[in-house]
Amino acid sequence: MPKNPDIKKVLVIGSGPIVIGQAAEFDYAGTQACRSLKEEGVEVVLVNSNPATIMTDKEIADKVYIEPLTVKVLEQIILEEKPDSVLPTLGGQAGLNLGMELAESGFLAEQGVRLIGTTAETIFKAEDRQAFKDTMEKIGEPCAPSLVVHNVQDGIAFTNTIGYPVVLRPAYTLGGSGGGIAGNETELVDILTNGLRLSRVGEVLVERCIAGWKEIEYEVMRDGAGNCITVCNMENIDPVGVHTGDSIVVAPSQTLGDKECQMLRTSALNIISELEITGGCNVQYALHPESFEYCVIEVNPRVSRSSALASKATGYPIAKVAAKIALGYTLDEIPNAITGKTYASFEPMLDYCVVKIPRLPFDKFLTAKRTLTTQMKATGEVMSICNNFEGALMKAIRSLEQHVDSLVTDEYLKLPYEELVRRLKVVDDRRIFVIAEAVRRGMAYETIHDITRIDLWFIDKIALLVEMEKRLRSEPLSLELLKEAKRMEFPDTVIAQLTGKSREDIQKLRYENNIVAAYKMVDTCAAEFAAATPYYYSVYGGENESKGSHDRKKVLVLGSGPIRIGQGIEFDYCSVHCTWAFSREGYETIIVNNNPETVSTDFDIADKLYFEPLTPEDVQNIVDIEKPDGAVVQFGGQTAIKLTESLMKMGVPILGTKAEDVDAAEDRELFDRILEQTKIPRAAGGTVFTAAEAKEVANRLGYPVLVRPSYVLGGQGMQIAYSDTEIEEFMEIINRIAQDHPILVDKYLQGKEIEVDAVCDGTDILIPGIMEHIERTGVHSGDSISVYPAFTISEKVRETIVEYTRRLARALHVIGLINIQFIAMEEEVYVIEVNPRSSRTVPYISKVTGIPIVDVATQVILGHSLKELGYPLGLAPASEYIAVKMPVFSFEKLRGAEISLGPEMKSTGECLGIAKTFNEALYKAFLGAGICLPRHKQMIITVKDADKPEAAQVAKRFEALGYKIYATRSTAKYLQSQGVDALRVNKITQESPNIMDLILGHKIDLVIDTPTQGRDKSRDGFLIRRNAIETGVHCLTAMDTANALVTSLETASDALTLVDIARVTGSERPPYE
Amino acid sequence: MEAFLILEDGTVFSGTSIGSQREVISEIVFNTSMTGYLEVLTDPSYAGQAVVMTYPLIGNYGITSDMESGQPWPDGYIVRELSRMPSNFRCEGTIQEFLERHDIPGIAGIDTRALTRILREKGTMNGMITTDAGYSLPEILPKLAAYRTGDVVNRVTCREKIVRKGPGKRVALLDFGAKENIVKSLTKRGCEVVIYPAHTKAEEILADGPKGIMLSNGPGDPKECKDIIPQIKMLSESGVPMFAICLGHQLLALASGADTYKMKYGHRGGNHPVKDLETGRVYISSQNHGYVVDTENLDASVAVPAFVNVNDGTNEGLKYTGKPIFTVQFHPEACPGPQDSGYLFDKFLTMMGGNQ
Repeated sequence: MPKNPDIKKVLVIGSGPIVIGQAAEFDYAGTQACRSLKEEGVEVVLVNSNPATIMTDKEIADKVYIEPLTVKVLEQIILEEKPDSVLPTLGGQAGLNLGMELAESGFLAEQGVRLIGTTAETIFKAEDRQAFKDTMEKIGEPCAPSLVVHNVQDGIAFTNTIGYPVVLRPAYTLGGSGGGIAGNETELVDILTNGLRLSRVGEVLVERCIAGWKEIEYEVMRDGAGNCITVCNMENIDPVGVHTGDSIVVAPSQTLGDKECQMLRTSALNIISELEITGGCNVQYALHPESFEYCVIEVNPRVSRSSALASKATGYPIAKVAAKIALGYTLDEIPNAITGKTYASFEPMLDYCVVKIPRLPFDKFLTAKRTLTTQMKATGEVMSICNNFEGALMKAIRSLEQHVDSLVTDEYLKLPYEELVRRLKVVDDRRIFVIAEAVRRGMAYETIHDITRIDLWFIDKIALLVEMEKRLRSEPLSLELLKEAKRMEFPDTVIAQLTGKSREDIQKLRYENNIVAAYKMVDTCAAEFAAATPYYYSVYGGENESKGSHDRKKVLVLGSGPIRIGQGIEFDYCSVHCTWAFSREGYETIIVNNNPETVSTDFDIADKLYFEPLTPEDVQNIVDIEKPDGAVVQFGGQTAIKLTESLMKMGVPILGTKAEDVDAAEDRELFDRILEQTKIPRAAGGTVFTAAEAKEVANRLGYPVLVRPSYVLGGQGMQIAYSDTEIEEFMEIINRIAQDHPILVDKYLQGKEIEVDAVCDGTDILIPGIMEHIERTGVHSGDSISVYPAFTISEKVRETIVEYTRRLARALHVIGLINIQFIAMEEEVYVIEVNPRSSRTVPYISKVTGIPIVDVATQVILGHSLKELGYPLGLAPASEYIAVKMPVFSFEKLRGAEISLGPEMKSTGECLGIAKTFNEALYKAFLGAGICLPRHKQMIITVKDADKPEAAQVAKRFEALGYKIYATRSTAKYLQSQGVDALRVNKITQESPNIMDLILGHKIDLVIDTPTQGRDKSRDGFLIRRNAIETGVHCLTAMDTANALVTSLETASDALTLVDIARVTGSERPPYE
Repeated sequence: MEAFLILEDGTVFSGTSIGSQREVISEIVFNTSMTGYLEVLTDPSYAGQAVVMTYPLIGNYGITSDMESGQPWPDGYIVRELSRMPSNFRCEGTIQEFLERHDIPGIAGIDTRALTRILREKGTMNGMITTDAGYSLPEILPKLAAYRTGDVVNRVTCREKIVRKGPGKRVALLDFGAKENIVKSLTKRGCEVVIYPAHTKAEEILADGPKGIMLSNGPGDPKECKDIIPQIKMLSESGVPMFAICLGHQLLALASGADTYKMKYGHRGGNHPVKDLETGRVYISSQNHGYVVDTENLDASVAVPAFVNVNDGTNEGLKYTGKPIFTVQFHPEACPGPQDSGYLFDKFLTMMGGNQ
């Protein structure tokens, strides 16, 4: 069936800010889909509130709305743009829910707009628990016995009939929000109450627990003519009970026979056919490990994280094909872009093994529960490819960048046996290391299996790695042994450590004996057909298929690895744009990255893609073959920056700012010298290694002080200390990981925080814009509300900032990007930190100013001057729009995580509000972040003494908006004294009704709780904040944020003015005036 | 022990010996299925060939009851890695033991992808698996070039008639190397299946009064089956509904005046899309063939193409004009591979008037 000619203009719904359970994979899917639609001559209107995405580039869609993803906004866009179709299946659960709401309300029908990709009826049948169950029953597909409940009593009654444990799954939530396994009635009541609240429709599925069964997923495609194929199946190493997003996953399945595979494959095809899905779909199964019994766990009638993984694992571009199917094409009409010879109506065959490991945020949230459950907690993931499982696992482990390069660890050496057994029972991110230790101690496979329910096959593979570890420790290092260790992807550093040799010795021995990495191609067909797409992975012991060509200049672009807090999708945006810019300059481009969720690892972004870990050794292997003319590290976040020194040792020129200048910005003493030279003030401080030194410096400066390790991103480990005790605590935490670099202790200054991104060509600078943070210093810049252009600083401060930026950029010999954070106190400007690389604000500033920052920086790196490029110098004139970047958090997903804001970054994503007035931009930003108030017009205020005067001002304004204000004793007393009609409420420890009852009563819109000082250790504050978050109450921990929110509510209006970003930055306004 | 795979073009791969250490010369073909190694090993269509599995991890779930015949048929088995410890609730042993027990030689630890690429570029070729490190290429290569698979159907067909009881209609299955699941697909639908040796005369079969005739899959070049073809022609003229798979499909085509030719490297795997030309629907199929029917000079009054391979446009099935006969090149019985085309057995049954 050819393309449907009635589809001419399509509205594509994006997935919004990055949160746990909905991450970069939807930028990848959306970008691929938009390009695929445009290829067909369809006009694409895109809406997504997330400015850090590639899909919101004007190159990707014809009209781009970076607007809050609400039904109202979407309706407004539809009325204005009059698309004939809406494609909701590429924007994750957020997009799907919006599409459903638009259809259910009858709005789409009224406007004569159709949903394409999948019908509302299909979405309903797949997403609504009861409808889904009925559908499965109809076609004889088994589900675990379950009941949809709308209240706790029904849940208890049903569970009593099927027995504990039960799994609870709220309907219409992301990443299993609010779900869990209940082993007894107390747990049931707890989880069910929470789940009912989080579900959009207030329903939760109570289901027989099939924890311990094998978890298997199928990625399925179907076209409008009914043709179906499966792209890939995947097996979770962690059995049912752990969310697939938090599981270690392998593709294809390893422990299933053809009978099991075909049984589930046939089932998946039956399901997709019955649901009449047109596009991609994910089906999850639980398979009994000792029989053919299986249950369908769930179906996602859209592209998903798993489909992004399956796309990268197989080379089959699911989102692209799904978009073509939405236009009416059938699978046998869509060419397979990888082979160019075959069609999308085939099933990929792998001749390698893929392992995915989630990246969990417990390094950021020390107090959060590390247990993995049906509620997803990972912020990102890594994927690796090898021709053996051991090698793929080893590569994935080191791709995580968590200071661990193998299963070798001393952490569990001293654990008594009983303790080891106890630890094996704990399902968390460290379990695989515990299993390795158990194997090391000689625990029987069966014992490990009985405890973990992990298949013996995987345990044996871990044992093979442990055996290799032992051999390397005990045997002389023969060439045979070395070859075998490399086949399993033991890095040279680990072999060196185990054999007592140096890394250099191992490398030399390898090179002398030609034990080097070879590259194989991901070709979708196990070499059956010649493939044209240069997408590679490494193996040891085999033919190398990647022939380095040398007809053009060649650049190596290092990606940013897994998405983690502090290093998000923004860096992928930068890497991709840098690659495109090099390509336009005639370079051959090579990307190295290991994140399956990203656009950069799509096989048609660079000329060559190496899906590899980002460690010096892995990069060296690529350099040996490709011999690039240079490498760019300034766009790939800290991951790429960390590789600078190694690249130089390999003889690869670093394009742009030199490594020693990067060092100068990070090295305290060198940097101080530069500040002295350039006469730029900064907060007094010193460098230390020990707690004693830190206390000495702190006392000399006077508390409070800022304590932080150097060379980190996202303020990792950064804290404000108010006392010696706190210094000791923070230093202990920082030093848990061996520090190569000193720790910085600075006087903490409180003022306005100003941020600048600039491009420097060595002589001149271009500052696209100056941003001002709503929150005063002390809150990490990534967690602050950031406003462009800076709106409260004086002309003099602005000039000082421009001048300081110029001086710093020149003094550091910056070629390319530089990001600087300043504090403005009155008319004085201090520098906080300088990063001679791209930052997380680059994408959004590019979009609101119309200056393609990465593009400009890349051209500068290639030797063009800003003058030559036609950009005027210094600070660019302000855009006619005001943009407010709002951080978005995922606290509700991380039980036990401290939510109060501080110098360490905690947000997972961001959204943008853009408008001609500050107030509207602010309102849009809050709305985009999901803060849609007022509802009950009741709020709680409990603040530390220092914040009370400001709190009174804020309280008055909320009162004027009709809010009823509750406050704890001392806050209430103060507020009352200031004329606020505050109602006093008991503290948690006092008798009911107390503050907790209020929060749990679901009648509170907002909690303003500022932690007492430093890190709030009072159990009360922590409990209030956690409970607020977990019951869906917005919780603000900084007075500045509260101030901004009340301002936005005061000026809220229903009719928003929509801004088409593509036009703001389009040709009507030349790139620069 | 070290083993070597020597190809007709002089390429030598060295790896580890698995199974028997016997030396063997055979035709080397590759299969891209990711699971189903046991079904592949016991598929009689691989007689006269040594199989390379392109999926690198083989034997993960060990030996189970998933056999398509009573023994392994390939002359040799070539893998990247054999699992040290298979794991599955039905596992009864390892591939290693299985190969040893049946005296099948093999080689592991070689770059199977590099080997597959050679076969893809240069076409299927002959090769030798040996553990003799002192091999001499000048001596071996001429032997490899001279090797012919020959009439292998004789080796794999049953020796005498076998009856599989069933309550429904009787189907005659001509065994050229039939996979067990063809029989099962029929008995599962209630049929009684009478399995005949490949060289059984048409009149003997017809005398048993079958309500349907099924021609099975099998190994080798269809043109080697010179004596069988005329018998098939007679069967096709009997008016009894007929369904043929793979070699059976090729033999019937030859019997009807069409031609067959050898493909460069064939289709062996579980991911080939075939299009039903009548409905336009595409099904993913299980495949195992090195020869294909040439439809170039096919007389439409005899038969018309019914299925075509979406990837390379080769013929995947025929519908015989004016006769209750249809044949397919792929394997609706699956095992290993997708079960999408299992409905063809229902179609065959309908043609016979059903089992009621």
